[in-house]
Amino acid sequence: MSNSHEQSFWSKYIFSLDHKVIGKQFLWLGIFFLLFGGFQAMLIRWSLSNNMEPLPWWLLGDFLYQSSPVGAGIIGPDAYNQLFTMHGTIMIFWAITPILIGAFGNFCIPLQIGAPDMVFPKLNMISFWTMFLASVVLLFSYLLPEGTAAGGWTSYPPLSTPVGGIPGQGQTMWTLALTLAGTSTLMGAINYITTIVRLRAPGMDYFKMPLTTWGLFLTSILNALFVPIIAAGLIILLLDNIAGTQFLVAGSKATIPGGDPLLYQHVFWIFGHPEVYILILPAWGIVSDLLSVFARKPAFGYKVTAICMCTITALSGVVWGHHMYTTGMSPLLGKTFMFLTLLISIPSSIFFLNWLGTLWKGALKFDVPMLFAMSVMWVFGLGGLTGLYNATITSDIYLHDTYFVVGHFHYTMAASVLFGGFAAIYFWFPKMFGRDLDPTMGKIHFWGSFIPLNLVFFNMMVMGYAGHHRRIFDPSEFEFLKPVLGLNDFMTTSAFILGAVQVLFAFNFVWSLVKGKLAEKNPWGAATLEWTVDHPIPHGNFSATPQVVNGPHEYSHPSLKDKDWLAQSEPLPS
Amino acid sequence: MNQNQALPIPANDPFGKATTGKLGMWLFIIIDGLSFAGLLIAGAALRASAPSWPAAGELLNIPLTAFNTFLLICTSFTMVMALNAIQKGDQAGLKKYLTYTMAGGLIFLGIQVYEYYHFIVNDFLLNTSIYSGVFYVTTCFHGLHVLSGVIYIACILYAASKGRYSADNWDHVEILGLFWHFVDLVWILVFTVIYLI
Repeated sequence: MSNSHEQSFWSKYIFSLDHKVIGKQFLWLGIFFLLFGGFQAMLIRWSLSNNMEPLPWWLLGDFLYQSSPVGAGIIGPDAYNQLFTMHGTIMIFWAITPILIGAFGNFCIPLQIGAPDMVFPKLNMISFWTMFLASVVLLFSYLLPEGTAAGGWTSYPPLSTPVGGIPGQGQTMWTLALTLAGTSTLMGAINYITTIVRLRAPGMDYFKMPLTTWGLFLTSILNALFVPIIAAGLIILLLDNIAGTQFLVAGSKATIPGGDPLLYQHVFWIFGHPEVYILILPAWGIVSDLLSVFARKPAFGYKVTAICMCTITALSGVVWGHHMYTTGMSPLLGKTFMFLTLLISIPSSIFFLNWLGTLWKGALKFDVPMLFAMSVMWVFGLGGLTGLYNATITSDIYLHDTYFVVGHFHYTMAASVLFGGFAAIYFWFPKMFGRDLDPTMGKIHFWGSFIPLNLVFFNMMVMGYAGHHRRIFDPSEFEFLKPVLGLNDFMTTSAFILGAVQVLFAFNFVWSLVKGKLAEKNPWGAATLEWTVDHPIPHGNFSATPQVVNGPHEYSHPSLKDKDWLAQSEPLPS
Repeated sequence: MNQNQALPIPANDPFGKATTGKLGMWLFIIIDGLSFAGLLIAGAALRASAPSWPAAGELLNIPLTAFNTFLLICTSFTMVMALNAIQKGDQAGLKKYLTYTMAGGLIFLGIQVYEYYHFIVNDFLLNTSIYSGVFYVTTCFHGLHVLSGVIYIACILYAASKGRYSADNWDHVEILGLFWHFVDLVWILVFTVIYLI
């Protein structure tokens, strides 16, 4: 299966068909946008605490917003709208999607199931370059005279339509970019599902797959089912923006009767709610596997965890209405959505219990990936529990559109998914690049992220409970927010520390790539198949197709003598 | 990557003997079907909340489009014949029936363009009403699928003219057939929802 012929630079690193190289390309893209979107968060925090003051030099105040209508270097209200819109869009679709699904989906799936590559390598390459094109379109929208999209990451009409909405073509570019990104995701989904169905090594049953692969598999299924729905919605939104239709416009400004803005909300959330599971399922899988590796114990309730993840996958498609309780939904429908949403807490709790079971009496090793994996348990626990308040109609009507929702969302997405992604980066970096990420810088990165992150997002929920609306430009304008403005400034300081530590991570990433300690073949003593291949991983991955005999978490088996783990393809010594 | 075709299909695979390409196409069809579902349901939702909606046949020419529907069903038949021919090793038959199918698709598109032209000169445009918008978006989305199908057939026809397919190697023709039958089937839904109901 190995390709022995010499490949040119272009076919090896740029238009590569190798899933490992494509995974790395997605990783670079994701990290670039992570820093880009993170920097926007810093600007948002600056504006919230130091409203209408010029940016300092360390937020690039000498370069940004020089032609701002409210004064050089000052973020005005319109620019602020663009910032939170693009921060959300970029972090969700351009940072954590490429890192978790693009990078680790590509890198891990074939290696973990014992396959030589993805089933459709060309489609895989096209998928990355479609995403790249989407990124270019998105970045070009900043060059438009009125700036980029400013209707919020959800882009609800009428904000996102020309009739009564925000002027400029930014929304059009946003819609185009998102359509392209969705196309890329769909190509990936076809590839991942077919690969997992078809290319599992002999003996690799579905219930012997590592939970990372399970998470990515279920994510791909959700992608395949729900991205097409948002594609239909985006087509309609695009036509409203460029072709003069008014499908999503209603009220006195509409010149064509019969449009319906709520239609977009439904279409968006039919996709949008599964989307949060699309993002978090790989993180759950990664955390489940990592806890087992670093507790040196088989994952507790492995099958149950996998089945719970399947249950959540199924339920996630029927709960979108809980985003729309305040749209005048009939109470019966609202209660149904509430009931279905609360049902999700049952499988979530079960596999949360399984995580605790994995740790129970384990020989815990606190390496950097483990620190991040364990912190996911904390942040996801908080995110999940606060989700109950949003899912319950009575409390949600009060909390809707406040910073409580923003805090909850950041606990589940920015904290749980991103920390799952960080755990994955620290864990698989040695296998991807052949060198270790520096653990000292890694530990500083972890504590420097974990503590400020909680200070920011927990206080967001407090602010939200005090009534802070999610999109206000200047909180000091409001009498009822006066008592919590000190908290606002405290969050901003914490956010800046959080941001600064991510620069350290980026530095560590690049530094370790060049100067890091050369990695061993299996530095963590992990049992899954990707750790049985050599450095650098050859094109075609395995020299011989592995024969899988064990489950993914064979640690501390009593009959093992000289090591405490057993690779999936390694028979038990007799 | 031809190397993948040599990969053995795992024992007791629940998807039987389907090739990987076929599985991929089935997945694509599910995805594509869901995007049609999105558009059709969005159209239905707009119709439900619209103040008025023209009756069936009031503005649209049902007999003409019924002929078009019949034509598309016929091309599905010729597509089956094409696959049947190459499964027997009949390369000339494959090319003949693929050509018929492609011609049918082109005529379908021609009639649709004629229909559009007729509407446009009568000021029935994309942004005339919600009804016209739903009509154009749904039928045009389908028309683009027929166009892609015609291009896809042209590619397979080109490969067929190079003698690439034989009685042992007709997987690509079958996968093409899946896509074409899907485009045909989804048209019956579009025709029913947009024209007849």
